Amino acid sequence: MTFIIRRLLQSLVVIIGVTLITFLALQMSGDPTYLYVSERATEEEIIQTRAALGFDRPLHEQYLTFIGKLVQGDFGNSLSYKRPALGAVLEALPATIELTLFAMMLAIVVAIPLGVAAALNRGTPVDGSIMTVAMAGQSIPSFWLGIMMIMFLGLQMRFLPISGHVPFIMPLVQGDVVRAFSQLPQALYYLIMPGFAVAFYSISRNARLVRSSMLEVLGQDYVRTARAKGISETAVVIRHALRNAWLPVVTMIGLEFGFLLGGVVVVEMVFSWPGIGRLIFNAINQRDIPVVQAAVVILALVFITLNLIVDLIYAKIDPRVKL
Amino acid sequence: MTTETLPGPAVAAKPISNRRREMRRAMRSLVAARWPLVAIFVLLCVAFAAIFGPWISPMDPNRQNIMLRLADPMTAGRQGMMYLGSDGLGRDVFSRLLYGARVSLLVGICAIMVGGTIGVIAGLVSGYFGGWIDDVIMRLGDIQLAFPFILLAIMFLVILGPGVMNIIIVLGIGQWVTYARIVRAQTLSLREKEFVEAARALGDPTVLVIFRTILPNIVAPLTVIASFNVASVILSEASLSFLGLGVPPNVPTWGAMLADSRDQLMANKWWLAFFPGMAIVMTVLSFNILGDWLRDFLDPRLKTNA
Repeated sequence: MTFIIRRLLQSLVVIIGVTLITFLALQMSGDPTYLYVSERATEEEIIQTRAALGFDRPLHEQYLTFIGKLVQGDFGNSLSYKRPALGAVLEALPATIELTLFAMMLAIVVAIPLGVAAALNRGTPVDGSIMTVAMAGQSIPSFWLGIMMIMFLGLQMRFLPISGHVPFIMPLVQGDVVRAFSQLPQALYYLIMPGFAVAFYSISRNARLVRSSMLEVLGQDYVRTARAKGISETAVVIRHALRNAWLPVVTMIGLEFGFLLGGVVVVEMVFSWPGIGRLIFNAINQRDIPVVQAAVVILALVFITLNLIVDLIYAKIDPRVKL
Repeated sequence: MTTETLPGPAVAAKPISNRRREMRRAMRSLVAARWPLVAIFVLLCVAFAAIFGPWISPMDPNRQNIMLRLADPMTAGRQGMMYLGSDGLGRDVFSRLLYGARVSLLVGICAIMVGGTIGVIAGLVSGYFGGWIDDVIMRLGDIQLAFPFILLAIMFLVILGPGVMNIIIVLGIGQWVTYARIVRAQTLSLREKEFVEAARALGDPTVLVIFRTILPNIVAPLTVIASFNVASVILSEASLSFLGLGVPPNVPTWGAMLADSRDQLMANKWWLAFFPGMAIVMTVLSFNILGDWLRDFLDPRLKTNA
């Protein structure tokens, strides 16, 4: 219980930190008023805008107003869409979460067998090639991988769609479960390429992690005991060794979400994925500050929530965790 | 990003006197391992391109040539051979690639120096003094790590505007926690060692004890992190440039070249995306390989069962 409370408090501190940074970032540009007016604005317009947005008041007062509005979900109006920034971000959120969760799944489901295969075939060409790919995988920018996949798998071989998105979470949220699940195969089909582009780095890192912890575990006494009992090798590997070998990967899952979210934001651009990343990119070009702020705070909330859930589950699974 | 690659506080503090013998051991290990040697060669090439770009590049990287838009690789233009073809504005891809090395290396190395300096000082102070200041610094680090940094970087750069200086500072700040944590752990154990106590007993001022007695013994693990960090900073810089947040448009960078290549994606001009991407991969991979080797060399106990 104390663990849960401490963890909740910790999350709260992080959230406050994020809002503070989001707020201060705006002040770092000097006078933030200039970010909200056009380049041809007259002196009078500038003064008006400054007063309207409250930039002429003391900093701490501005922050309290900022927080007050934020709690009510008011990030101000998007400068380019002329509508609340939060609405635009929330609309794009499901697509981003779909891609992140799918990438997460790949990062675990693909990485673990690869790592185990490498460990069991230690020193053979199987091990060598898996580890070479994994080493390279940690050096490839996800967006470049996306572009290459579009060029070769999409345009040349016409193997997979190069863009497009079938919603899954959106109908689910709207309560249309039947539609959501009937669309699932289609949704996954469109997720494959962007998902792999985002997840490739994590797959590589996790495969290396699993391999090295698997090698360590395979040398332990309890594995030898299990073998001595005459259990089949498959059972030894899966039931005895892997159970401990994949723990380092589980520990990383929380942080992994943050990393994947960062990758998703960039890769969405490549695949024209209708998520927050694309929204941020358009906002960057328009210098649409409210949208960028809303997107950053919302993604932070998503990440902190996911992280919290992972930690709580982890504490449940592994009673030794009493942070 | 590179948490699993951190050498723990286990790296032993060695007296610095037998440095030459260490160097010889390093050279032997380097030659024996082969790949790190290749990595060093690649990095030397990148550094060469970065330093001598203006002299060795066949063309002006920003010179547009409407007649030779999207030329295939190995097309002969009037100014010379376009070895890697030209882009949508008829600019020579090879020349832009050479110039791009500048920004990548400059940002990579400078960001590490910014982040490293902040992190090392924070870690030394944290570890040496402990107490509330230690708590504050470490909690700040926790908060930063509890959040995908690239998002903050995006926000800051949208507001501050693009520029090499801005990107170095933002990415540098993104790295400090890693250094602070390692340095703090090392300082904690070194603080109790006899030679540190001796320095204190001799009446050295605290600043000297920290920087002249403790710091030199932490340098080894720092080089490992720095090597991995340069790799991840270069990747981040490429991502930010790709989003249009890196440097001003007239400065060629690998990430921005990839962003430009998106316009020609459907036209199947593969060289526009392939070469800048390969440049990033080769550079980052070399830093990663070097980091792996350094870690194994400095602490064989951490060797990744290769």
